[in-house]
Amino acid sequence: MKTLFYVIQKEFIQVRRNKTMLRMIIMIPLLQMLVLVFAATYDLKNVNIFLVDKDMSSTSRELASKIDASPFFTINNTSFNPDEGEKAILDNKDHMVLVIPQGFERNLIRDDKASLQLLVNAIDGQAAQLGYSYAASVIRDFNKNIIAEWKGLPEFNTPYQINSVSRFWYNSELEYKWYMAPGVLCILVTLIGLFLSGMSLVKEKEQGTIEQLNVTPIRKIHFLAGKLIPFVVIALFDLSFGLVVAKVVFNLPIVGSLWLVFGFGMLYLLGILGLGLFVSTLADTQQQVMFVTYFFMMIFILMGGVFTPVDSMPHWAQVVDEGNPIYHFIRVMRMVVLKGSNFGDLIHEFIAMSIIGITFLSLAVLRYRKTA
Amino acid sequence: MKQFIGFLRKEFLHIFRDPRTMMIIFLLPIVQLLLFGKVINTDIQNSKIAILDQSHDNTTREITSKLMSSGYFVLGEELMPGDDVEDVFRKGKVKMVVSFGTNFEQTLERDGKVDVQLLADASDPNTARILTSYASGIINDYVKKEKLQNIQLPNQINTEVRMLYNEGLKSVYMFVPGIMAMILMLISAMMTSISISKEKELGTMEVLLASPLKPIQIVLGKVTPYLLLSFINALTIIIIGVFIFGVPIKGSFIFLMAESFLFILMALSLGILISTIAPNQMVAMFISVLALMLPTILLSGFMFPIENMPLPLRIISHAMPPRWFIVIIKNIMLKGTGIMYVWKETLILMFMAFVFIALSIKNFKIRLE
Repeated sequence: MKTLFYVIQKEFIQVRRNKTMLRMIIMIPLLQMLVLVFAATYDLKNVNIFLVDKDMSSTSRELASKIDASPFFTINNTSFNPDEGEKAILDNKDHMVLVIPQGFERNLIRDDKASLQLLVNAIDGQAAQLGYSYAASVIRDFNKNIIAEWKGLPEFNTPYQINSVSRFWYNSELEYKWYMAPGVLCILVTLIGLFLSGMSLVKEKEQGTIEQLNVTPIRKIHFLAGKLIPFVVIALFDLSFGLVVAKVVFNLPIVGSLWLVFGFGMLYLLGILGLGLFVSTLADTQQQVMFVTYFFMMIFILMGGVFTPVDSMPHWAQVVDEGNPIYHFIRVMRMVVLKGSNFGDLIHEFIAMSIIGITFLSLAVLRYRKTA
Repeated sequence: MKQFIGFLRKEFLHIFRDPRTMMIIFLLPIVQLLLFGKVINTDIQNSKIAILDQSHDNTTREITSKLMSSGYFVLGEELMPGDDVEDVFRKGKVKMVVSFGTNFEQTLERDGKVDVQLLADASDPNTARILTSYASGIINDYVKKEKLQNIQLPNQINTEVRMLYNEGLKSVYMFVPGIMAMILMLISAMMTSISISKEKELGTMEVLLASPLKPIQIVLGKVTPYLLLSFINALTIIIIGVFIFGVPIKGSFIFLMAESFLFILMALSLGILISTIAPNQMVAMFISVLALMLPTILLSGFMFPIENMPLPLRIISHAMPPRWFIVIIKNIMLKGTGIMYVWKETLILMFMAFVFIALSIKNFKIRLE
């Protein structure tokens, strides 16, 4: 027990004496929370529209001003030539070109129907679809209004109408930051834990100090525990720090129990640090550790559902995700923090995480040899 | 010159004798591309929803079957009146509950209108918004096709939409340029900075500095192998993108490779700059991850559109080299434009490379402290 204490003390001294490391431990969470969370948003605003109004009627002008007045769209440029519009898209100046053909108003009145053309830069497919659906709904509303106006009705409704009333639970304003913040916290904790633990072991290898430790009476389990515990503490500190930042800056509601968050966080860290140690027992240089951990982190993060929903992935990927620690951690974070899920709702995640953690830790313990 | 070739040989040997790193370098782009192309998907399909139907009449049954046959939704659970919706959401089993009130069809026939409730679990706001808008779209469509068949509506505006450059709205069109920027940044900048700071950390830098090699030769020798590796990777990514995912190269291939070369040069000089600042590998790595990887993923328009970000981040994004490179690649590959449309971005990349090199020369110390 006393040996373990000294090993842990040694690790803490090493961290404390490393000025850059200390700065990283504070700066990374701050930067990540402030930059990542603000940057990662699919909310659509500031869509620039190029308007080609060949009709120049009062209806077409009214439509243009309706679109310009909506919070998502800005009419950036106008011209009579649709080719100019396509050029503006090529040049990345505008996202959409709206063409109102000649005779738009006349057709609308005489034939009861008229067409508009909308050209969308679809390289970013999702943004294109969202932009189109917003534009279509602005046009639909405009359509309803002019029918009512022309028929002299207060409001125009089709004879049969089923209104879809949407209610958004847990996040009624659809605040995307509340979704991203717990996800970013997971990345943060993983980044700190995985890299620090892996690098610290392999650094001893690279500099040869591991030989000195190997000839001491420190037992293998003590040595590994010494490499594990300090980084669990640091990562948990960063988790709480990140939660405070999220609470203060984004007003993140924390509905569920913090005990549950930290309990699962600890379980998660033991597993993820086990993985870090396992990788570093296999590697000889810091560069290798970095690349291997980067490789795994990338796959875990992308498949774990931080940025994109796991439900949209193919079935086999969802099965594979059962073995992905980040997937479980993110689920738990979001469920507890945003929805207030309790332990009963999370039994599956706790069991899965324990299995993953025990596997990684045993691999690390089995693989580590005190012999050179 | 002979000394330089000897040094270059040493650097190549360093890399080739480390098969683990080599493997990762060549595997990483392939795995990442396949992941993005096959797994990462922002399209909604087979989302689990629950139905709470208190009427069980023809209309509600028809709407339910329309929702289920759309491909977007599958029935996760059928709720009974009095069931706790909160409980279903808390377990995380379904993403949306569609709730029909009592006497749904009768109300519709009598009053001409009726409400259907779409309760969405907005702890994932993006999915919630898409699910509700798809569901209401399907319901509107149902009304139009089944209930309003024979009724002529006045003054209808019809919007024809044309999706340019990516008619199938494939997300891989976004990812190929993004991953290319990311991998090139990783290999060029991160690897170079770590490899130089490693010599510092292990004390072998001292040996190199005391050798007859000039500082510029040391730096060039460090950089050349990674230049080659990056170039091979750029080619691999383009080949996979074109032949497996069908991303077109509408513009000139040679121009594309020339721009990639420029970007690699810029990234390498950034790597040198980082290594002149960082005292050891760990710091070099953290600076690389913080200053290069995250901004490359987040502030370059790779995953999230820059226009949607708050103003300070939009301003910062101008200083991110990948942002300009991604614009260039998209223009050449997807839009098929030439230098006329990307000269500004190209000049910016050149300028950045120049600044990084100038700063590195200023920072490079030939004496030890």
